[in-house]
Amino acid sequence: MKTMDLQELEKRFQEKIDKEIKIEPNDWMPDEYRKTLIRQISQHAHSEIVGMLPEGNWITRAPNLRRKAVLLAKVQDEAGHGLYLYSSVETLGADREATIDDLHSGKAKYSSIFNYPAVTWADIGTIGWLVDGAAIMNQVALCRCSYGPYARGMVKICKEESFHQRQGYESLVTLCNGTPEQKAMAQDAMNRFWWPALMMFGPSDDESPNSAQSMKWKIKRFSNDELRQSFVDATVPQAEILGLTIPDPNLKWNEATGHYDFSPINWDEFWQVVNGNGPCNKERIEARKKAKENGMWVREAATAYAAKRSMKKTA
Amino acid sequence: MSNKEWPLWEVFIRSKQGLNHKHVGSLRAADATLALENARDVYTRRSEGISIWVVESNYIHASDPSDADSFFEPSDTKVYRHPTFYEVPDGVKHM
Amino acid sequence: MKNEALYNYVLHMGDDSLVLGQRLGEWCGHGPILEEDIAMTNISLDLIGQAMSLLDYAAEIERQGKDHDALAYLRFENQYRNVLLVEQPNGDFADTMMRQFLFDAFRKPLYEKLTASSDAQIAAIAEKSLKETRYHLKHTSEWIIRLGDGTDESHDRAQKALDNLWRYTNELFYETEEAKSLVMAGIVPPMSEIKILWKQTVEAVFTEATLVIPTNNWQFEGGRRGVHSEHLGYLLAELQYMQRAYPNMKW
Repeated sequence: MKTMDLQELEKRFQEKIDKEIKIEPNDWMPDEYRKTLIRQISQHAHSEIVGMLPEGNWITRAPNLRRKAVLLAKVQDEAGHGLYLYSSVETLGADREATIDDLHSGKAKYSSIFNYPAVTWADIGTIGWLVDGAAIMNQVALCRCSYGPYARGMVKICKEESFHQRQGYESLVTLCNGTPEQKAMAQDAMNRFWWPALMMFGPSDDESPNSAQSMKWKIKRFSNDELRQSFVDATVPQAEILGLTIPDPNLKWNEATGHYDFSPINWDEFWQVVNGNGPCNKERIEARKKAKENGMWVREAATAYAAKRSMKKTA
Repeated sequence: MSNKEWPLWEVFIRSKQGLNHKHVGSLRAADATLALENARDVYTRRSEGISIWVVESNYIHASDPSDADSFFEPSDTKVYRHPTFYEVPDGVKHM
Repeated sequence: MKNEALYNYVLHMGDDSLVLGQRLGEWCGHGPILEEDIAMTNISLDLIGQAMSLLDYAAEIERQGKDHDALAYLRFENQYRNVLLVEQPNGDFADTMMRQFLFDAFRKPLYEKLTASSDAQIAAIAEKSLKETRYHLKHTSEWIIRLGDGTDESHDRAQKALDNLWRYTNELFYETEEAKSLVMAGIVPPMSEIKILWKQTVEAVFTEATLVIPTNNWQFEGGRRGVHSEHLGYLLAELQYMQRAYPNMKW
C-alpha cells in the first residue's frame, strides 16, 4: 500500500516536471531530487564564495580607481550570489552553516577553477571573460531549472552577472590594445586559464553518472559536453577580436558539424584539482575557515545583544 | 562548535511607490535592525527598492500544498466572479 | 595654482576616503559573516567613489592636467595627507568597526556643514556623500553597540579597539592656518563646531555600548602634514604597485 503511494507520488511529480510546472519548497519531492538539489545548489553557492578569493586578492592592487570600484562591486556581487543560493538551499530544509561546514571539511566541492592562482592583473580580466563566461553559459540554462527558488535565484544572478563578463572583456581589450607588455600579460593569462575554464563544465557526458537523472528531473537542461561546446563556439571569435591565441593547436572550425573541434581535456588534472590537489585548494579553504572562525565571536556578540534586548522588552 | 546561529529572515521589497512588497529571498541576522541593514546591502545594490520588510521566517505560516485542491480549486468554478461572465449589448460604454 | 588652501582641504578629504576605502577593501572575502562582508564592501565602494570625486576636484583646482588617478597613485608617501586614523591596520572586526565609527561620526557632521558651502562643487560632493555617510554611521553605530554590549569577549575587544584608536581622534579636527581663510569665506566650517557634534555622537553611542572613553588624552598627529605611521608605506606599495611597475599605461 505504502509503496503504491510513493510510486503514485513519484509519477505525479514527474508529470508536473514534464508539464514544466515548477516545484516549490513545500511540494512533495523525491528524496533523491531534494538531495541532488541541495548538493548542486550548495556547491554552486560555495563556488561563488570561494570565487571571491582569487579576485579579491587584486582589489588592493587594481591599477586605477575605476577598475578598483568595478572589481569591488563584482566581488561583492559574488558574495550576494552566494547568499541568494544559500537562501535557495535553505528552502530545501538544509542549513546554511552546516553546508558551509561541509565545504570546510572537504566534504562539499566547489568549482575547480578557483583553485588556480590569480597572479597578474590580466588574470582578473581573463577570469571575468572566460570564467564568468563559462559560468553564465551554465547559469542561463539553470534559469529554467524545475526547482522554483533555484530558477528564480538564477534569473536574478544572470541579470547581475552580465556586467561581470563584459567588464572582464573590456579590461582585456584595453590590455590587448596597449603596450607589448600588456598584450603579453593578457596572452599569458589566456594560456593559463583556457583549459581550466573548459574543465568548469565538468566531466564528459559518458563519465557523468548523475546527468541522465538530472536531465529527466529538468534540474539540468543541457549536458556538460553540449554546454562546453557552446562555450568554445562563442569564445573563439571573441579571442580573435582580442588578437589572442587559444593554447590548443588542434582548435579548428569544423564545417561539417558547424562547431569548433578542440583537443581532449586533461581529465587527470581535473580530478586531481577537484580532489584537493590544485595549486590553491589549501589556501582557499583555509581562508574561508579562518573567516568563519574569526567571525564566531562577532556572531555570538550580536546574538547575545539581541537576547538582552528581547529580555528588556518583555521585562 | 558552539554554533549559535543567527535566525533566518524573509525579505520583501517594494520596488517603487504604488507597488506591493514582493518576496525576494532570505538572509541571516541577529535582530530586525541588522536584518533590515543587511537586506538593504544584499537585495538593493542596484536600486531595486524603496522600502524593505523583513519577517523572521519562523513567523510565516504557509498553506499546505497537499490541501491545494480543497483550498484553491473551488474558486475555479465560480466564473460569475469575473466580469467576462456577463454579456452586455453592443454599444454600452464605460462598463 | 588657483587656490592652494582649497586644494589642500579637498586633497585631505580625498586622501582620507581613499586610504580608508583601500583598507576596508582588504576585508572583501574575509568578513565575519557573508552579510557583513557585503556591508563592508559597500562602505568601501562608497569611500572609493568619494575619493574619485574629491581627487578629481582637487586636480581641477590644481590645474596641472591631472586626474584622480594621478593623485591617488603617483605621489610619494609624505605627499599623502590623510589622518593617521584611517591608515591603521584592519586588526579584528572590532578594530575595523571602531576605526570606521570614529571616522563616520566625524565625516557626517562635516558633510552636513559642507552642503551649505559657498563653493558649489564642494556642496554638491557633500550632498551626495552625506547620504552614504549617514548610512555608514548608522551601521557602524549599531555594531559598536552590539559589540560593546554583546558578550564579555566582544566587549573586551571593542574596549581594546577604542583604547588603541582614541589617540588618533584629535587629529580629525586638525585645522591648518590656511584653512582658516576658507572658514572665513564660508567654504568650510570651523573644526571646533564639527568636534562638538562628533563628541555628542561618540559619547552617546559609547554610553549605550557600555564602553569607556580612555582617560589618557595623549594624542598623535602628523598625517595632515605628511608625517605618517609605518603602516601607510605598505598600503601604498599595494595601491601603487601596478602604476609603478608599469608606468604610463592605460588600464
